[in-house]
Amino acid sequence: MTDDTTGAPREPGGQWYDQEAGPLVRPYAVTGGRTAPGPTGVRFDLIALVTLDPAAPADDDPALGPEHRTLIDLCRPETQSVAELAAGADLPVGVVRVLLGDLLERGRVTVSRPVPPAQLPDERVLREVIAGLRAL
Amino acid sequence: MTPEHPDAPAGETTALALKILVAGGFGVGKTTLVGAVSEIRPLRTEEMLSEAGRTVDDTDGVDHKVTTTVAMDFGRITIRSGLSLYLFGTPGQDRFWFLWDELAQGALGAVVLADTRRLEDCFPAVDYFEHRKIPFVVAVNCFAGARRHDTGSVCRALDLDPGTPVVLCDARERVSGKEVLIQLVEYAGRMHTARLLDSVG
Repeated sequence: MTDDTTGAPREPGGQWYDQEAGPLVRPYAVTGGRTAPGPTGVRFDLIALVTLDPAAPADDDPALGPEHRTLIDLCRPETQSVAELAAGADLPVGVVRVLLGDLLERGRVTVSRPVPPAQLPDERVLREVIAGLRAL
Repeated sequence: MTPEHPDAPAGETTALALKILVAGGFGVGKTTLVGAVSEIRPLRTEEMLSEAGRTVDDTDGVDHKVTTTVAMDFGRITIRSGLSLYLFGTPGQDRFWFLWDELAQGALGAVVLADTRRLEDCFPAVDYFEHRKIPFVVAVNCFAGARRHDTGSVCRALDLDPGTPVVLCDARERVSGKEVLIQLVEYAGRMHTARLLDSVG
């Protein structure tokens, strides 16, 4: 019962297998089985940009799981796209979308919607992009 | 009410991200091109995409939904703080065809990579972008050992719409990849302007 001499508290059922065993949790288990973001109903584009809401409460929200926290941590240094978050957290984009929906509802992040195709960048932006590419 | 700002002006404070797709046949060098120009090591993300509304009869109220997981490689180029370009290598397998609509949504444009030894591999990509009026350039990846073709013959072989740029490139070279992207953005700008004129004329 008390074979664990490291003193570190262990979650029940955790840490039994090493990485080689592969994922032990089905992707949508971390979302509680939800495959679509909550009532806000927004579908985040791959390049939607996620920023931590500076007005977010600093105290830890017990409703947030470790994956939510991972996403928050990834956004801490700089704004991240949904695609980058998925790669960084090693989760499918669909799962990240659900988790981001939670964070959005809880006011932890803001998500910018990419420019709609019809209004695709004005000339000034395109010129800036071309100049930026030339300077690479 | 969502804390989104879809109507915010694209001022200096609004971060702006643009999406460019890199398409073409399997093994034509899509990830290589993304890696050559990206400032980050190409990242891999898995998208679980759904094939919804593909049934012929949608009156039965049954939501036939098929989900598929597909890996995509992507890279990023930061133009300046608050303006970045994301490049997505599209899945090369034909069976993922239906996924493109989600990827293509809101894309600034596309690069169709072609290999002259198997030009037919890029036909579906060309068709796709032409039908959806998404600006694209054809970039012929000049593989060592492949016969050099001039851009005119590639243009005829692909039966491209007049004006579609065809460029020769080496997907491994940053300078070359950069040039392809510049051509694409310039072309996308021309298409955009032409459409604006059409809409008022």
